Amino acid sequence: MNHQQTVANTSRRAFLKTSTAATGGLIMGVSLPLLGAGAAQAAGTVHTPNAWVHIADDNRITLMVARSEMGQGVYTSMSMLIAEELNVGLKQVQVVAAPPAAVYVNALLGAQITGGSTSVRDGWDKLRVAGAQVRQMLLQAAANQWGVDVASLKADQGMVTGPSGRKASYGQLAEAAAKLPVPEKPALKDPKDFVLVGKRTKRIDTPAKVNGTAEFGIDVKLPGMVYASLAQCPVIGGKVLSFDAAQAKSLPGVIDVVQIPDGVAVVAASWWQAKKARDTLTIQWDEGAGAQLSSEGMINSTRAAAASAKPIEIAKPQGDVAAALKGAAKVVEAEYVQPLQAHVPLEPMNFTAHVTGDTILLVGPTQFQQGAQGAVAAALGVKPEAITLKTTYLGGGFGRRLELDFIVQAAQISKAVNKPVKLVWTREDDFTHDFYRPVAVNQLKAGLDASGKPVAMHFKVASQSVTQRAFGLPANTLDPFMAEASVPGYNIPNTQHDLVIHDAGLRVGYWRAVSHNMNAFANESFIDELALAAGQDPYRYRLSLLEGKPRFANVLKLAAEKAGWGRPLAKGRARGIALMEGYDTYMAQVAEVSLNDAGEVHVHRVTVAVDPGHMVNPDTVEAQIQSSIVFGMGAALKHQITLEAGRVQQTNYNTFQPVRMFEAPKVDIVLVQSQEKPGGIGEPATAVVGPAIANAVAALTGKRIRRLPITAEALKQA
Amino acid sequence: MSVQFKINGKPVTAQAETDTPLLWVIRDELGLTGTKFGCGAALCGACTVHVNGQPARSCQTPLSAVAGKSVATVEGLAKTANHPLQVAWLKHEVPQCGYCQSGQLMSAAALLARNNNPSDADIDAAMSGNLCRCGTYNRVRAAIKDAGAMMRNKA
Repeated sequence: MNHQQTVANTSRRAFLKTSTAATGGLIMGVSLPLLGAGAAQAAGTVHTPNAWVHIADDNRITLMVARSEMGQGVYTSMSMLIAEELNVGLKQVQVVAAPPAAVYVNALLGAQITGGSTSVRDGWDKLRVAGAQVRQMLLQAAANQWGVDVASLKADQGMVTGPSGRKASYGQLAEAAAKLPVPEKPALKDPKDFVLVGKRTKRIDTPAKVNGTAEFGIDVKLPGMVYASLAQCPVIGGKVLSFDAAQAKSLPGVIDVVQIPDGVAVVAASWWQAKKARDTLTIQWDEGAGAQLSSEGMINSTRAAAASAKPIEIAKPQGDVAAALKGAAKVVEAEYVQPLQAHVPLEPMNFTAHVTGDTILLVGPTQFQQGAQGAVAAALGVKPEAITLKTTYLGGGFGRRLELDFIVQAAQISKAVNKPVKLVWTREDDFTHDFYRPVAVNQLKAGLDASGKPVAMHFKVASQSVTQRAFGLPANTLDPFMAEASVPGYNIPNTQHDLVIHDAGLRVGYWRAVSHNMNAFANESFIDELALAAGQDPYRYRLSLLEGKPRFANVLKLAAEKAGWGRPLAKGRARGIALMEGYDTYMAQVAEVSLNDAGEVHVHRVTVAVDPGHMVNPDTVEAQIQSSIVFGMGAALKHQITLEAGRVQQTNYNTFQPVRMFEAPKVDIVLVQSQEKPGGIGEPATAVVGPAIANAVAALTGKRIRRLPITAEALKQA
Repeated sequence: MSVQFKINGKPVTAQAETDTPLLWVIRDELGLTGTKFGCGAALCGACTVHVNGQPARSCQTPLSAVAGKSVATVEGLAKTANHPLQVAWLKHEVPQCGYCQSGQLMSAAALLARNNNPSDADIDAAMSGNLCRCGTYNRVRAAIKDAGAMMRNKA
């Protein structure tokens, strides 16, 4: 079905086990070529005590970061974890993007993937162990050289010091250290002794991002490189029947026009020449079955599947829902609908490929290194080992760069013209050829007792499985990435949670916070509706259902207090609250909204209380929350993707409007200092802001909007 | 055909066809890749440069339009990347993915050049054409105010 299926079976199996958190054992002592480590290479002999740390004779230290930097701060946070135990400052290290290799696999996802808010969760133990191993090896090397007890030595800031003032730099010890066995269980610091981890730390990548030198995929330049623009069928999945490139070939700079499976590519001496020539192509398409699709039809077919298909159990049912509903004083039902969404990171899809004989060089922005390698290997009929992959900075990811389509295309075009090629999509290409966040229909039914307390909850979500498409998840199997946040923290004695997987016909992808978006919107809107039905305050109602759930209750209380819940507001404003656990992070948000003259929802302020467990860089934790709120707000209030006759109707940022400066709310954040295991932070706030806003809108207007986005039009019609 | 203009103070002669958007001349011909392609339709602001001191969307500015003019990009904001905005951007840790930031900085620089004490409304007006998909807006705002204060203190 898709080239991603060529990812090693081992990866797939491991990937499908995802929801269980496990920290895999380290394959240590692996020596790797120093891919792209320009600085370290220049420093003379480089020693690699383990796969994460390279130390040159002149004491230059290079840390390998195996997660893609797409704004979430991993170059810094991953380095902090290693540096903490290696006892070096971040100013002493260089960071290099790791090549694809087994040692760099994300144990939570089973492949070298950046996604699912897993980087810190996966790296927390593993990277500290990696740093501690090298520290211990350096100390042992010094002890051996000096003939002293290792316990008498200290490693700090790149120097090992011993009794009577003996000193050696890490670089001087590196060669000997690298020959020692790698200690499997080095002693780790007590978190109270951390000097870096948990402290607000300046990001490694900021200087390059304020002076224009940060290299994104679109900035890559290889010697002799040419540029490509690719025309793809306006209906996703369509194929080229025939094309006329006579005019394109006559235009200045055009080198060749080549057909690849996904379309027709113009290759030229500059990108603009390629793009201009591409616009003159005449292509006959076989649009295929996709030409019948409309987004309204997709929502309808999903709703129909919810009614007819045999559901998959998300969680073991508790008690007897049917009986409890029958005996309830009041039954409340509601359906929530989510439209399609596009990722549209600001850097359009692009990749640079150089296919030469049996070797392939790929350079660009990807969230999935082994996938890129595997997909190109399969498409071009070479072994994955023949492919060298370098990861640049990503101009946003949000899940779009987990996909491999544009990488394979670049390689195919390079092969066809026998030159290094940079393929750059237009913004319109990106909007119309995304892997979209799927449509979802959530149907909820609850029974309340005479006091208004929920005694039964039946939750059902019908949506499309990304995991089936991307990783070959077998049919009729629970897709954990559809069931996130479906079971909320509330104590309800009788519960049933069902999943219906329905292929609505369009290719779908993981979109920041994935199914948390749909399920938290439904659950947190619904609990508000139940509070209303019970005649109770939505905050106190939630709190009353959280006995024995201290982390939930704590963030809920903190957010309510900080937001001034219950205190009077300016006229025309209202608050809404929402609560969720996702990625092992507990979060509550309070949104404060009003309507502007055009009848649009304006969000003035969002108050967040979050317990993410151990934090690596609290400033980044806050930045990710701020980011997610803006991202989620767009989907809650402003944009969606619609399809007519299989064509995506939104082609640029005018018809799909992300949140802009003048709409960005004030964000107040309360960070809970927690010793719990680290949770993910790149995504959860995205899913909480939608229901917080919807609940505020309901409080303000009395109108309950159950289908996003909450536009002025939707409010008018409600 | 060739077009002469100044970029970051240096005279250059560009050889691209004269209808080529300035963006692609800057990036692909002159090799200054700090200026980014985001939408190709003046909707996102990632390609913002200054033409004779005024902010311009270089994706919608044909090369022919800058003949004899002075173009400034993020690389020319300050010789050692120490423009008050760059200092403030570092202090507030503004960038996330960073892709839109050159455009944000150039729009902000144009704003502060004419008003070094901007109100929130001034900032909204000057900066709402610059999309940030990572949502760094609050930090952009704070950093602009901080940079404005630095400029006022120096003046």
